[in-house]
Amino acid sequence: MIAAVVQEAHDTNTTALVIFVVLFALVTVLGFVAARWRRAKLEHLDEWGLGGRSFGTVITWFLLGGDLYTAYTFIAVPALVFGAGAAGFFALPYTIIMYPLVFMALPRLWTVCRAHGYVTPADFVRGRYGSRPLALVVALTGLLATMPYIALQLVGMQVVLGALGVSGDWPLIIAFVILAAYTYQSGLRAPALIAVVKDLLIYITILVAVIYIPSKIGGFGAMFDAAAKALPTHTPKPGALLPQGPDAQIAYATLALGSALALFLYPHAVTAVLSAKSAQTIRRNTALLPAYTFLLGLIALLGYMAIARGIKPSNPNFAVPDLFLNVFPSWFVGVAFAAIAIGALVPAAVMSIAAANLFTRSIYKEYLRPEASHADEARTAKIVSLLVKVGALVIIVTLPTKYAIELQLLGGVWILQTLPSIVVGLYTRWLHRWALVAGWAVGMTIGTLMAQSQDFAATYPLDFFGTKINAYTGIFALTANLLVTLVLTLVLRRTAGAADAADETRPADYDELTEDTVYPQPAAAPAPVA
Amino acid sequence: MEGRPSRSWYLLLALPVLGLLYPPLYARHDPELFGFPFFYWYQFAWVLGAAVLTLIVYRATKRDP
Repeated sequence: MIAAVVQEAHDTNTTALVIFVVLFALVTVLGFVAARWRRAKLEHLDEWGLGGRSFGTVITWFLLGGDLYTAYTFIAVPALVFGAGAAGFFALPYTIIMYPLVFMALPRLWTVCRAHGYVTPADFVRGRYGSRPLALVVALTGLLATMPYIALQLVGMQVVLGALGVSGDWPLIIAFVILAAYTYQSGLRAPALIAVVKDLLIYITILVAVIYIPSKIGGFGAMFDAAAKALPTHTPKPGALLPQGPDAQIAYATLALGSALALFLYPHAVTAVLSAKSAQTIRRNTALLPAYTFLLGLIALLGYMAIARGIKPSNPNFAVPDLFLNVFPSWFVGVAFAAIAIGALVPAAVMSIAAANLFTRSIYKEYLRPEASHADEARTAKIVSLLVKVGALVIIVTLPTKYAIELQLLGGVWILQTLPSIVVGLYTRWLHRWALVAGWAVGMTIGTLMAQSQDFAATYPLDFFGTKINAYTGIFALTANLLVTLVLTLVLRRTAGAADAADETRPADYDELTEDTVYPQPAAAPAPVA
Repeated sequence: MEGRPSRSWYLLLALPVLGLLYPPLYARHDPELFGFPFFYWYQFAWVLGAAVLTLIVYRATKRDP
């Protein structure tokens, strides 16, 4: 049974459905062909799980853009703007300030991971702190946060399928089986290639939408006027065109900051970053990726366009699909919906690969089969990527969508708790490994309890010595985490027997300003002597 | 470029963060631009602003071969 949250009666739109199926078939072919692209031995985790760390500026741009700006984002952000107004617009500052953070931290992470053959952030933590428990904690958090995120991609697909008048679970199951098959075969090369098609479709759709739709609603001025008039009348919670008062503004800023910090800690973000061929590729990309942020801002405005057009969806998630059905001819609806559905495939594939890499490196190789060969690792990762997708499918088909959304919100709070281990670890290993584990546990617990007490709203009204601070739960949890980590580090550093474990990385491994060509290919075996 | 480029260029990247994390600075309606309230076009403008700053920092800290 598909959860009622996204269920809405729509007539079957044959023309749109045909275009949709044709485009979907095209990317399916691409997904399988990808295995032959830049042919390599896929029996190595570096190749299957990171595309051989070979992607240049253009492919990395498409892959990261397709990976970070997910189908669910494209549905949920305008839905939030449609319902709440300005509060939903935090997605814009969030995806702006993310890049300065990425620019500083991730090329460093790439460089050290390249030097030591690390495939996941947990690998890095293991090497940096010489701590297996800390690496396990980072890996488990990544797995836990990624699962509901994959499930949410299915929600994005469900919404467009529903809007096309396709009901039942089978189309979703078919789409995911196809996705699972080519991810299994091609690894990260599949989403990298599909991302190119997906992103072109998305850019075309949104550019057409923001040029054409305003002409039908009297321009942007009329759109904002209509939104300003309609938003305060929304029930149960009135919306607003501007975030007014400290409560709304603190929530806005902390959600932007917390989400930006969380996004690039997610395993799927790190996986796409590590697949770049050099640290310079990532640095260049942070100047180019804001094109997607601009696009996301335009997509957010679709929420207001739906208001101005008088769209009355049964559920805010249908605001944009219903708007498109209302203004576009059927064939273009097919293109637009295919863009969103294919938009779900790219992140779902990268996320399942990232989860598979984490499991393989930090659990299978670390605890189950330390003697595993490269081929064993690749085989395990392929199978785990299948299991992860089945898990996500089961979550969506059997549980109400509400749970997936709540779990994803918690996922963001959880993944933030790995920031001290990963990001601070890139600069110093002064923080003690056991203090990091304790801080993580405190942050996870506080964040989960706070979110639960607010019925999984994103913010928590904290009473801070009489002053009420209404901010993103993840920021409170991270603050608690950092405080505990700092205090315990100070205590442990003064205690005998709390000596540091070995650090297998060297200061030179972190120089992200090095040339593209400094590192020799570690995968290249020495030439055999004839 | 002589020797290693300076990472102090990275300080430029703090500008978009500062410009966006204090909403009272821009949570207002006027002045409008092309029908967009200030709150909206200010944030859109930062998309471009942040990209340009990142490009400047990238160029300045790039070690030439």
